[in-house]
Amino acid sequence: MSFDLTFIWAFLIALAVLIYVVLDGFDLGLGMLFAAERKRGDRDVMMNSVAPVWDGNETWLVLGGGGLFAAFPLAYALILPALYAPIIAMLLALIFRGVAFEFRWRTERWRGVWDIAFIGGSAVAALSQGIALGGLLQGIEIDMTARAYAGGWWDWLTPFSVTVGVAVMVGYMLLGATWLVMKTTGDLQDRMRRRAWFLGVVTVGFIGVVSLWTPFLQEGYYSRWFSSWGIGLATLVGLAVLTLAGLMFRALYVHRHDYWPFILALAMFALCFVGLGMSMFPYIVPTEVTIYEAAAPRNAQIFMLVGAGILLPIILAYTAYAYWVFRGKVDPEAGYH
Amino acid sequence: MLESFDAVLLARIQFAFTVSFHFLFPAFTIGLASYLAVLNSLWLWTKDHKYLDLFRYWVKIFALAFAMGVVSGIVMSYQFGTNWSVFSDRAGPVIGAPMAYEVLSAFFLEAGFLGIMLFGRERVGPGLHMVATAMVALGTFFSAFWILSVNSWMQTPAGYSIDPDTGQFLPENFWEIIFNPSFPYRLMHTVTAAYLTTAFIVGGVAAYHLLRRRRRREQPSEATKTMFSMAMWMAAIVAPVQIFLGDLHGLNTLEHQSVKVMAMEGHYESHPNGAPLYLFGIPNDETQTLDYAIGIPNLSSLILKHHWDAPLDGLDTIPDEDQPPVGIVFWSFRIMVALGFAMMGVGLWSLWARWRGRLFEAPWLHRAALAMSPSGLIAVLAGWVTTEVGRQPYTVYGLLRTSESAAPLDAAAVGTSLVAFIVIYFAVFGAGTFYILRLMGHPPVFGEPKLGEVVKGPIRTAGITPAPEEAVRRPNAVNPGE
Ligand code: HDD
Ligand code: HEM
Ligand code: HEM
Repeated sequence: MSFDLTFIWAFLIALAVLIYVVLDGFDLGLGMLFAAERKRGDRDVMMNSVAPVWDGNETWLVLGGGGLFAAFPLAYALILPALYAPIIAMLLALIFRGVAFEFRWRTERWRGVWDIAFIGGSAVAALSQGIALGGLLQGIEIDMTARAYAGGWWDWLTPFSVTVGVAVMVGYMLLGATWLVMKTTGDLQDRMRRRAWFLGVVTVGFIGVVSLWTPFLQEGYYSRWFSSWGIGLATLVGLAVLTLAGLMFRALYVHRHDYWPFILALAMFALCFVGLGMSMFPYIVPTEVTIYEAAAPRNAQIFMLVGAGILLPIILAYTAYAYWVFRGKVDPEAGYH
Repeated sequence: MLESFDAVLLARIQFAFTVSFHFLFPAFTIGLASYLAVLNSLWLWTKDHKYLDLFRYWVKIFALAFAMGVVSGIVMSYQFGTNWSVFSDRAGPVIGAPMAYEVLSAFFLEAGFLGIMLFGRERVGPGLHMVATAMVALGTFFSAFWILSVNSWMQTPAGYSIDPDTGQFLPENFWEIIFNPSFPYRLMHTVTAAYLTTAFIVGGVAAYHLLRRRRRREQPSEATKTMFSMAMWMAAIVAPVQIFLGDLHGLNTLEHQSVKVMAMEGHYESHPNGAPLYLFGIPNDETQTLDYAIGIPNLSSLILKHHWDAPLDGLDTIPDEDQPPVGIVFWSFRIMVALGFAMMGVGLWSLWARWRGRLFEAPWLHRAALAMSPSGLIAVLAGWVTTEVGRQPYTVYGLLRTSESAAPLDAAAVGTSLVAFIVIYFAVFGAGTFYILRLMGHPPVFGEPKLGEVVKGPIRTAGITPAPEEAVRRPNAVNPGE
């Protein structure tokens, strides 16, 4: 019996990234929505809705990066220098965003400054993540004999990568708005419903644009998506996204549901992610290096899989428990307002 | 060529800068997490309110320091790739796995239970809250375990082979990789260092409030006294242990990285009949001499070889291009050791004051403790500089040179990001330190407000002029849970 360990690891890392994207996605989206909510009490409630969980959410980013380093060291060594600027920008932005959770409550006079840090940090982090994704999708130049990145310092910057960057910002805001529909009440919730509606439309638009653009980036994508089964599959994914969006709008407005919009928005993200995976597989650096070429040796994969097999279920269990402890609406009367 | 050399130098500065900043926070939070777990257990056990007050007092400071530790840590985990991609590609198969274990076993544990520890006492009840607090403490320890294993492997590599085609290090035996020769010493010495760091910060804060109360001729609170007493016990017991562990660590280094010890000791020349212990001197790499040296004859041989006249090799046996920069290593080592003995001195002094029953009425002891409050942080940085600069010119000792480890970097890109890191770190972490110091400026009070509790009544915050509404509340984090 032989397991395709490399495939399992690629799947696990993709899963970590997906979990990161949806979890920190709503945190970062919420951070951007901060800009539109000027009332002090509303901002307090918004931040309180994520204060107990944001650190756990961000840890999935560390697992994504650390996992890539461990399971695909060559890919890690090729991709990070190629995306140097967006990654450094993301790290710096996450510093501002992360400390704002604590610093904001420690000062009256500078509260506004940390609010701006929170908004700006969230926005720049989301934008750089999108740009990094776009930069990877459009392909990076490498020198396989030197096992090194061979491109320039601005290669990542193209109309495509910026479009993906903006798309990710909008998508995160959608997640943030639907999260807040779930966690808040009253006026704030009503406003979030309206925002979610608008953001939902724009997100679907961006998904369309990026999906239609991707096949033309690289020959490999084109032949894949425009093969006979590719077209069928693409139509299917497209229809599924539209259905989910339709259901989300219905849940938001017709049924005025509190938590279904969030769940449906998550499902939309998951679907896009599957589409992305289908474009890239089996490449980890499209379309130069496959997961098999970049993989760590088998004994390292096994050693790590033992740990992941035991620890990941435990992690998911206590993460779910932490969310459960802080379930329900945020009480605006608790703490500051 | 020149260009790439500059980029490597900038990348080194960047790594050293960001990791030094990062480590300041764990050095404090590893100890503080354990201290909080102890305080919480004491509260549950004795039901003495002062322990709950102390827990609430320190948990606010912990939340700030922890957040800064997390955001500066995330930078580290990506720096390996952005700046040291060749190193990542080569060493990734070996050190990637322990780093992945760190994420899985430590970071998630800390992050998953942090929310409950900070905000959940009323929601989950005292028992589960205690579990969460203990899990956070355990997480910080696991974190130290794995990352120190990685660092130790870079110092004393074991359990690997080298792929002839790609130059990658391949894991042969993960047990040997994780428990490589210097790891047990480094783990013990560093975790103890974290405890000492915390003890001296806690003791310094307590001493400050003891001194202030004394000046105002008021009685210090029970909580303040307890804090001081606990910290001084730690200093008295742990500082000597740390010196002992440091000695063991040094002997281990002599065995596996003797060049580093030559640099630490300033031994440019070999001493066939017993080497002196230099207390002072100005290392000069150009002339390969220790200028203005003041030393105690034969003491170095006694410490390192436990024999007065044991011969010790010097840097004259090592080619120039394999030597670390001696000046930095020589001095950072002396700073660490001097602080270690000063810490032990404070510990012994406190024992004497305690024995005479004057622990809380000893203003000079309190002043000393206050002055020593940052000593742990300084010693820890000095120790790391000794370790890391002493490893030069290699990243993986003896096998992979630093100059060959860097990413194909552009000096302009690294320089720009370095400036950004420096400006932002000083601004952001400077502000955070200011908030921590401001919290420390208040003594712990009876019925200490919870994290996020709004205090009714005119409590003023030091350092800022209260706005009208601020007179009735204290700037605390809001508590979403309670
Ligand atoms: C509170 C902090 C603290 C204190 C008081 C001391 N140390 Fe230390 N030392 C550290 C904190 C530290 C550290 C930061 O934890 C290091 C850096 C890397 C490591 O393994 O531990 C370290 C490294 C370090 C090394 C380098 C080992 C290597 O690079 O291979 C030696 C030889 C010593 N120590 C020895 C001592 C001695 C003899 C001390 C007492 C007089 C002492 N240390 C006090
Ligand atoms: C335990 C985890 C650590 C790892 C894996 C690690 C790894 C590294 C690496 C890869 C470099 C860059 C290459 C080089 O210049 O040698 C480096 C350099 C350096 N690190 Fe560490 N480091 C760790 C902890 C620390 C800490 C906590 C400090 C705190 C002061 C520190 C201080 C330095 C310094 C000063 C340098 C520059 C040395 C030089 O270039 O001369 N390191 N380390
Ligand atoms: C280059 C080396 C290092 C890397 C790559 C690194 C990475 C990280 C990361 C990613 C985090 C954030 C975890 C989260 O999201 O919760 C973190 C936090 C932490 N790190 Fe490091 N770290 C390094 C050095 C060290 C060292 C030397 C120690 C201790 C001996 C340490 C101990 C901790 C602890 C205890 C935390 C929890 C946060 C805190 O207590 O402030 N790290 N580190």
